[in-house]
Amino acid sequence: MQEILQYIFSGLTTGAIYAVIALGLSMLYSSTELINFSHGEFVMLGAMGIVTLWVHMALPLAVAFFLTVACVACTGLLFERLAIRTAGNAGHIELVIITVGASIFLRGVGMVIWGKDPFSVPPFLGHDSIEIAGAALLPQSVFIVIAALVLAGGIHFFLKRTLTGKAMIACAVNKKAAWLSGIPSSTMAVTAFVISTGTGAAAGVFIAPITMSSYDMGTMLGLKGFCAAMIGGLGSLWGAFAGGLLLGLLESLGAGLLSSGFKDAIAFVLLLLILYIRPGGIFAARDAKRF
Amino acid sequence: MKDTENVTGYSGNIVIISNRRDIAANAIFVTAVLMCGIAVQNTYYLQIMTFIGINTLLALGLNMLMGYAGQVSLGHAAFYGIGAYTTAVLSGTFGVSPWAALVCAVAGAVLVAFVVGLPTLRLSGYYLGMGTLGFGMIVNIIFREWSSVTGGSSGFVGIPMLEAGSLSFMDGKNYFFLVWGVVFGAILLCRRILSSRMGRALRSIHDGEKASMAVGVNTHFLKLQIFMFSAALGAVAGFLYAHFVMFISPESFGFMVSVKMVTMVVIGGMASVWGALLGASLLTLLPEMLHGFAEYEMIVFGLILMLVMIFMPQGLTRGLLDIYGHWKKRP
Repeated sequence: MQEILQYIFSGLTTGAIYAVIALGLSMLYSSTELINFSHGEFVMLGAMGIVTLWVHMALPLAVAFFLTVACVACTGLLFERLAIRTAGNAGHIELVIITVGASIFLRGVGMVIWGKDPFSVPPFLGHDSIEIAGAALLPQSVFIVIAALVLAGGIHFFLKRTLTGKAMIACAVNKKAAWLSGIPSSTMAVTAFVISTGTGAAAGVFIAPITMSSYDMGTMLGLKGFCAAMIGGLGSLWGAFAGGLLLGLLESLGAGLLSSGFKDAIAFVLLLLILYIRPGGIFAARDAKRF
Repeated sequence: MKDTENVTGYSGNIVIISNRRDIAANAIFVTAVLMCGIAVQNTYYLQIMTFIGINTLLALGLNMLMGYAGQVSLGHAAFYGIGAYTTAVLSGTFGVSPWAALVCAVAGAVLVAFVVGLPTLRLSGYYLGMGTLGFGMIVNIIFREWSSVTGGSSGFVGIPMLEAGSLSFMDGKNYFFLVWGVVFGAILLCRRILSSRMGRALRSIHDGEKASMAVGVNTHFLKLQIFMFSAALGAVAGFLYAHFVMFISPESFGFMVSVKMVTMVVIGGMASVWGALLGASLLTLLPEMLHGFAEYEMIVFGLILMLVMIFMPQGLTRGLLDIYGHWKKRP
């Protein structure tokens, strides 16, 4: 019992991180119809940024966090401006290849800047754990889950309550109609990219104290993020969040109770099941279109 | 999509021209391969060219699926891996003759493609990409974790070399000719399929799936068939790879390899058999040439990938032809 509780705690922690990754992907997809295969690399940049700014340069945590997110979001802006925008109206496959190229490029940059050795980051809120029914809960796990919720809530608020956010949703619904009613759709695409990569960086910061951070950590995290976004239904904000939590929980329980070697397979088996049975995600109506 | 075989059958005259062109292209190809094989003595160059051949097989198979049928697969390295591991386990562990293992490898890959393709090919767009990606990852994890059979993440050692009677393929040159012979056979086979009724039906799926359904093409079955065909080519490539390198590990069949295969097809130019050859050559040679950049290799590779896709989204074959066309038009 207490073991299971322990698995649930760690599952919720990684799940919250997957949720944040999925959030960024899902948001970008809903406003630009693009799947960014380099999203995981932005997560890596976030983790590495906190290594440099907080661990090595000893800046205050909050400053380091915002600086990291801002820098990575700027990289995302540059990426959209230089690569995606110049590609114009290339097809889906070409855009996927461009983002794959970007992911290799960013990984290369990460390797040159930070080297091949992994880094560890101390926990944000000390080592003392809270004990609940025999299971240890690190304060930073609570912090991560709350931060993820705040982030998701913030994006939700932005999309539903601000004019820019509403304009973005309009772009997602119908780009041409939005453009006709005076919404600068290209600015909206850039904004979506900045927010998406920014949340990716935040996810990287959150995951840094949990695992070792190295230049090649991004690919797997990005793919897990896709799975989570897909489980919740591509393009749905809270769906992606719930998908992330579910994925984290199942992974942690699966690794603990079944086999740790096949832990990574759980995400992909789940992905296939969702695609075959409910392609619109678990929360979608029964007859979601399969594109 | 202006292809030579597109017009086959409309007019006798054009058929002869396109046949002549094909024969000429094939003759050039065979001569080039023979000349490379005879002239090149350096074992390193021979090895690189053999890898180009293996990658061309992979690109050819995926090109049939992506370029002609218009279906993306981001998990094709799985079939490459299934081919390699089947032959490795059968001939390495159980001592079966490699040629019998080849039959099993191809049969295994085709069977897996059938089972996986049945539900997966009903998806399309990003969903199909995700489905194939998930399949590829699962297969790779099985290679890594089923260590009692596959040797786990440290790899599989002890794959025997190929022999046919008294002819040993230990020699780099013999292996080179074996691989390129298979490539030539595969090119002929692909062209045959493409100029048949099936090829025309395939292209109609690419241009409009609903329209081709309306004229009576069984699109799902056809997609499944071509998926199985490309899986078979992938398995043959895996077989050749395993007996060439004699050591395989899961990394050689991971997600990045699937991505590399897609890149070969897209960079070379989709829906072109020779484009597959060009893409495979470039993507095999590029990392070799970039060794000089040492740790900047990945940066340069990623950059080239992005630039080609941004400025020549039709692939290099078409892109270069366009540039040539512009240059020719100028007075």
